Amino acid sequence: MIETFSAPLPWYVAGPLIGLVVPLLLLLGGKAFGVSSNLRHLCAAVPVPERWKPSYLRYDWLRTGGWNLVFVLGMGIGGFVAARLFGVPDVGSHISAATRADLAEVGLHDPAGIVPLELFSWEALFTPAGLLLVVAGGFLVGFGARYAGGCTSGHAISGLATFQRSSLAAVIGFFIGGLIVTFGVLPWILV
Amino acid sequence: MSAHDRPSATAVQILDFECQDIEQVPPAQRAEALQAGNRPLALLGYLLVGVGLGVVFVQSEVASWFRIQEMFRFQSFHMYGIIGTAVAVAAIGVQVIQRLGLRTIHGEQIRIVPRDEDGAGIRGPRYWIGGTLFGMGWALLGACPGPIFTLIGSGVTVMVAALASAMAGTWAYGALQRHLPH
Repeated sequence: MIETFSAPLPWYVAGPLIGLVVPLLLLLGGKAFGVSSNLRHLCAAVPVPERWKPSYLRYDWLRTGGWNLVFVLGMGIGGFVAARLFGVPDVGSHISAATRADLAEVGLHDPAGIVPLELFSWEALFTPAGLLLVVAGGFLVGFGARYAGGCTSGHAISGLATFQRSSLAAVIGFFIGGLIVTFGVLPWILV
Repeated sequence: MSAHDRPSATAVQILDFECQDIEQVPPAQRAEALQAGNRPLALLGYLLVGVGLGVVFVQSEVASWFRIQEMFRFQSFHMYGIIGTAVAVAAIGVQVIQRLGLRTIHGEQIRIVPRDEDGAGIRGPRYWIGGTLFGMGWALLGACPGPIFTLIGSGVTVMVAALASAMAGTWAYGALQRHLPH
């Protein structure tokens, strides 16, 4: 019973719903689905003297990116709504037995919650593992996404859906980087 | 530069990965292009689509570090099924809009300009190097930029630190941009 109740939205429902965002944004205002541009808009919006900013961050962020910031505000509200209406899913107990066994091997026993709280909490933030996962991980997400010119939404979804070869290169890169960390870095830091 | 030469009635573009959307629009038409898609009803639309996407990210567990680990270990079809069907539905949606010549809810022309990043295409080093660095961050943090916002909303407040760090990474890229191979 508990398993049925807490099962995730199936992939064949979730995937098409996420894919529909691309035509919806086009029909609303001709906008392209790409979340990481907001990291640039947020940096451009930081109220410091313009001369302190690299030219990359000097532009009219409100007019260029205002719509996209409204969109990610919605994504934050969506997280709040889902948590309030349905509760935060206990993903750690849903994932495959193989993944649970692998995570136990690198020191994460009895995974529970939507993120492993022993690594993702304010208490854990200033431990070596917390710094690496949250601070270094966040930095690489921001640096890499803007260097590559897009993240999962911009390259993997918008880009592949419009058959961009550059997006294919970026997505292959995403997996090269993810595999390096999963098999080459995580085993050394979580134990 | 070729983008500047393209005729564009209402310069609305897909794939503004780099916010170059407005820079690619001929200067004479920029004011009109900025106006497009920013009317109150459209803004309400973006907000609601964002809310729906956030709910799906939580309910499908896409926003979970555990699902990302499962994906990179090839131990479940879940994430592959989601990304695969999302790409398929997005591709069909774009084709329908193009073939039927649909317009936005405010009657603006939808121009989908396939972006050929300065001709570099699949060989552009920025995609390989930037993509690999992003992938490393994705596996460490267990969240790409969208889920960072959704997780903050769902109560994983430490993701505010991840967002600040991602902004620092963006800033660092902006500062180093001219010295990096693209």
